[in-house]
Amino acid sequence: MSTGIDKTGIKIGMWLFLYSEIILFGGLFVLYAAYFYKYPEFFSEGGKELNRVIGAVNTVVLLVSSFTVAASITAVQRKAKKQAIGLLIFSIFCGVVFLVNKYFEWGAKFHHDIYPNSETLVSGEVGLNIFFGLYYVITGLHGLHVIIGMILLSISLVLVMAGKVTESKYSMLENAGLYWHLVDLIWIFVFPLFYLVL
Amino acid sequence: MDSQKNNHILSYTTLALVLGLLLVLTGVTVGVSYIDLGFFNVPVALAIACTKVTFVLLFFMHLRYEGPIINFSFIGTISFLLIMIGFIFFDVAFR
Repeated sequence: MSTGIDKTGIKIGMWLFLYSEIILFGGLFVLYAAYFYKYPEFFSEGGKELNRVIGAVNTVVLLVSSFTVAASITAVQRKAKKQAIGLLIFSIFCGVVFLVNKYFEWGAKFHHDIYPNSETLVSGEVGLNIFFGLYYVITGLHGLHVIIGMILLSISLVLVMAGKVTESKYSMLENAGLYWHLVDLIWIFVFPLFYLVL
Repeated sequence: MDSQKNNHILSYTTLALVLGLLLVLTGVTVGVSYIDLGFFNVPVALAIACTKVTFVLLFFMHLRYEGPIINFSFIGTISFLLIMIGFIFFDVAFR
């Protein structure tokens, strides 16, 4: 206990927060499942409207960024500061790419008059309205998490540059990384459930 | 002892292998989605997603190297999630 910092305690605190996030998104997925059971044909019809290519690209982007964040922790542990900085900048860049894709995706949907409370959805089938409602709530909340994750990664990046995050004290980076991986975990379920339903 | 566990360093090679596996599994999900398996469409997609999530948790999120507190509390969370999903399905499926 030379430093007097309880690293395990810090990590447990972060995990407790992540548990609440898991239950939050878990609740939304249960809602998805219950309505999928009720309107399976509309869910598959709605799923076909979504762009699989953008969905798949975003999955790859998030997986790669998760890898680079994990690698940046390894770099910090090995005292390779420059590598760590490079990896973190790349990860944040991946977050930007994800959001830009999301922007174009949502933009195209808005263009086709598919958005919450739009004329097409309100006067159309109930099942489709519910599918797109869930789509906007879940991907929107997920997008918000991407933004928060990018902010946390940026703070960690600044701290690494300033020499505040080092091989003996990197809990901030580790917890920011855990948050980023959680964002990835959620997307791993969002992608097949929304984009790939037959 | 505890601090040594905390300082476990994952090599780039291990991380890259995990990433490779995750990308392959993503390809598999996309591929499988073009085949109509009827009832099994969703279960298969979820099984692949769960496999991917397990690898992210074990390696990227370091769960494999954590102590008992984090491991057990994580399993506890997932148990409660399963209880929530399970009981809602008892209700929804037999209405």
